[in-house]
Parts: sequence; C-alpha cells; structure tokens
Amino acid sequence: MQRGRAWAWGFTGPALLLVGFYLAYPTLGTVYLSFFDRRSQHFVGFHNYVDLFTSSAMRTAFRNNLLWLLVFTAATVGLGLVLAVLADRVRYEAVAKSVIFLPMAISFVGAGVIWKFIYAYRPATSAQIGLANQLLMLFGREPVGWLIERPWINNLALIAVGVWIWTGFAMVVLSAAYKGIPRELLEAARVDGAGEWQVFWKVSLPLLQSTVAVVATTMVINVLKVFDIVYVMTNGNFDTEVMANRMYKEMFQFRHFGRASAIAVILFLAIVPVMLANIRRFRQQEAER
Amino acid sequence: MRGRSVGGTAPGALVDTVVVLVALAWLLPTLGLLVSSLRPAPDVAGSGWWTIFANPFDLTRWTLENYRHVLGQQGMGRAFFNSFLITVPATLLPILLASLAAFAFAWLDFPGRQVLFLAVVAFLVVPLQMTFVPILRIYSQSGLAGTLAGLWLAHTGYGLPFAIYLMRNFFASLPEEVFESAYIDGASPLSAFFRLALPMSTPALASLAIFQFLWVWNDLLVALIYLGGGAQTAPLTLKLSSLVGSFGQEWHVLTAAAFVSMVVPVAVFFALQRYFVRGILAGAVKG
Repeated sequence: MQRGRAWAWGFTGPALLLVGFYLAYPTLGTVYLSFFDRRSQHFVGFHNYVDLFTSSAMRTAFRNNLLWLLVFTAATVGLGLVLAVLADRVRYEAVAKSVIFLPMAISFVGAGVIWKFIYAYRPATSAQIGLANQLLMLFGREPVGWLIERPWINNLALIAVGVWIWTGFAMVVLSAAYKGIPRELLEAARVDGAGEWQVFWKVSLPLLQSTVAVVATTMVINVLKVFDIVYVMTNGNFDTEVMANRMYKEMFQFRHFGRASAIAVILFLAIVPVMLANIRRFRQQEAER
Repeated sequence: MRGRSVGGTAPGALVDTVVVLVALAWLLPTLGLLVSSLRPAPDVAGSGWWTIFANPFDLTRWTLENYRHVLGQQGMGRAFFNSFLITVPATLLPILLASLAAFAFAWLDFPGRQVLFLAVVAFLVVPLQMTFVPILRIYSQSGLAGTLAGLWLAHTGYGLPFAIYLMRNFFASLPEEVFESAYIDGASPLSAFFRLALPMSTPALASLAIFQFLWVWNDLLVALIYLGGGAQTAPLTLKLSSLVGSFGQEWHVLTAAAFVSMVVPVAVFFALQRYFVRGILAGAVKG
C-alpha cells in the first residue's frame, strides 16, 4: 500500500500535533522547568526537589498517597472481585451491578458533596444530619468529626469516597473476565470434591490473574493522580494533603512554578514503572493477536 | 451485560445478603442526596434526611424551592448551559481526530507506525498535572487562557490517547477483505474510512462518545486550570465546587446543586450503560 504514506500523515497529523502540543512537549517542558526558580528565570539545579523532600507538607502528601495506594487499591480490587463472583449467582445481577457501577457517572465534585453530607458532624446532644454519625449513635457511640480526626480517620474517610466511586469499575471488568472462564473447569473442580473456597482460590483466581493486574494498574494510576476528592472535601487540611493537590497549591496559591513542576515530575516518575508494565502487556497482546 | 452464570451451589442466602447489602450501601449516599435536595432548608439543617420516611406522604415536607434557588440565584442554570457548551465540541472533536488517526494506525502502512502508536498509548498514564505549567504559559501569551476554544482543544489533546487506543483496537478487528476489495475498486483511504470503517464502528464510537462525554462533563481540574476561577464560562463542576467553598454547611443549596450537576451524566449512564461497559472492557485504562 504505497500510497498509504501520504494519506497516513493526513490521517494522523492532526491527532499527533495535538498529542504533541498537549502531552509530549509540556511533559518535557515540565521536567526542564522543575530545575528553575519560582518564576522560571534562574537555574537552581535540584533545589526544588530538595525543598520538597524536606518539607513537612510534602512528607504528609507522600505518606497519604502511599496510604491511598495501599488501601484504595486493595479495597477496590478486592471488593470488585468478591462482587464479580457473588453477583454472578443472583437473579437480579444486572440491577445490583448497575447500582454499584452508578457512582462512575457522578463527578468527583458531586461525590464530594454527597460524602461531606454523610460525614456531617453535630455534637451528640443535637439531632444528627450525617448518616455516618447517626449510625454510630445507633450503636451507642459518640459522633466523630470524620474529616477532621487526623491522621487516619479523615484519610480513610476520603479513601472510602474513592472506593465508592471506583469499585463498580473493578467489578465490571473482573466480572467480564470471570464470565469468560469456561464453566466446565469450575464444574470439574467441584465434581472432584473441591469446596467453593478452593474453586475460587485454586481455579478462578489464577485464571483471573492478568485481569486483576489490569484493574490494579488502573487503580494505581488513579491513586497517583487523586485530586478532586481531596480538593473539594478538605483541600488538604488536617493532614489530608496529597501530591496532586499540593501541586495545585504550589502553582496557583504560592505561584511557585519550579516546585509545582518538580511535584509533577515526581508524580510522573512514580508512574513510569506502571507505564512500562502497560506497554509490555500491550505488546504481548499484539503478539497474541 | 448478560452472560451465562458460572456459579454453582453456593449457600444462596448468604450470597443474597452480601449482594443486597452492598448494593444498598452503594445506593444510600445518592438517595440521601436526592431526598435532602427536596426538603425545605430548616428541615435539612434540623434533622436527618431519613426521618422523612416516618411520614413520607406529608407533602408540606417536600419542596422544589432549593432547585429554584440554585438554578436562579446561584447561577447553576448558566453553568448547566456552559457544561453543554464545553462538553459537546470537546466530545465530537477528539472522536473525529482519534478515529482518523486510529484508522491509519490500523489499516495504512507508513514508516514509524508501531512506534508512534506506542508513543501515543504511553501518554495514557502521564498525569495531567505534568502538562499544565508549559501549556499555561503558551495560553496566556496567545490569549487562549480562559477561552472555550482553549478548553475544547485541551480536552481533545488529553482525550486522544485513550480514544486512539480504543478505536485502533476496534478498527483492527474488522475483516481485512472489506478494505482490500474497496481499494481494488479504486476507493481512497478517505472514502474507505467514511463509507466502510465508520459505519461499521457504531458500538465503539458510542462507547467512546459516552466515555469522553462523562469525562469532560465531570471534569474539574482541567476546567479549573484553563478557565480560571469564577468566570462566566464556568461549568457545573466548577460552580459546584465554589458553592462548597461558600455554602459549606448549607446543605439545601449544596444537595440541590450537586443533583443538578448529576442529572445529565446519570441519565446518559442509565440510557447507554451497555455501550459504556463495552468501552471499559475494550480500553480498561483512561489517562
């Protein structure tokens, strides 16, 4: 297809130009700017990075991103897996899955409002309007300031919002993979006397391994970029800061472009291994086609 | 999403209990928001939304006043319009450009095809934060900052890697003979694209459109960066987040405003859920 060449540039040109302008060029530009001062005028070497790694605000952000990484990823993938397997056995599967998947359609900002309301705090003496504290009081406990109680309760409260949003995604992808497992395989194991637990751990899970990896990858990428939930609900106050929100502050509140860029580069470096794994997986898929 | 069941003889009651409980837990937050947005302000501030179910048919306890208030005085009506103004072009433009490029990546032969495609896919995972500073400089020098056109183009640029990835995989799965015989008949790649590839791709186009639509409609960060704070052009998400800042405890305003911002994406979701799921299964990762 010799004449393909001229056509090909016409077809891909506009897209490549935009990807180049909005993603490729600024990615390089940001790396460059991260070595300059707040107004990008003077070269400062690794000064911004040193600043960041020694600032207590950033240390909090690192810690929280790590907490998100562990709890959020484990919860969404684990819960998604359980729901994928269990929902498969009920007659109202479609309804149950839609309901759990629904938060995917809601913006993080909308979800932020929903959950701020759930976490609303009133002293024990007045009527609760937040569902979370009402439930606590039902069990005879004192109301908790969910978004203020640092450092674990409020961070976990924010992570719960993320889990609410993303579990449906994990469930849908895992459920599709689970339905792709040949039924005979599971039946054979059952006939051989394996219990449901054993069937799950020894047959289903190994076959779902690569899908679990895909879902976990997606969640890790989400975690590193988590911004909207924190921005809307606490704006990083009370030790709930995360890297993406910190970067936003450096850029627009403190007007320090050097440091803002350095945070972006750190985020990027954290994502590179995930990206490489992604490309490798993609290549494998292509080879198998 | 209907598939054959792989389930066996599990203790049914336990499975039912778990599934129903989780589904309820997932639904309750949104239900609480909806109920609250329909209650008079003093009620919302004075008692939990669930108390209304003690006497659900007492019509004096329900009101549309909150919606009238946010749509009129709080400018949510204007923001609603803005969201459409932003989302429609920012959905159509990337779909067109991505389909063209994806078609070339799938069916045209040119040097660097694989490498370029992999490079584009790699940008799926670049955190958008990584791009803001350099682009903003060019935007403010060229007057694109704070304009709708600037936002449309930005959403297009950011949406392209996923869109190209999804469409290329779909195009590549089409039968080869179709295109070969078209070329033998003298068709140009352009007519093969518009007359053959696009019409055969409705499911993929639909799922991509839903994805991009939800992504742009629900976006806060990109709008915040490129439109700036409190402009006339602010979409619903931006407006809502500024209401959270200024009406932190006035739940009758916030719940109604949040619901206004959710109506369109939730309707789109329920109407086109099947395509949405298909897109997720084809792509699985969004940048």
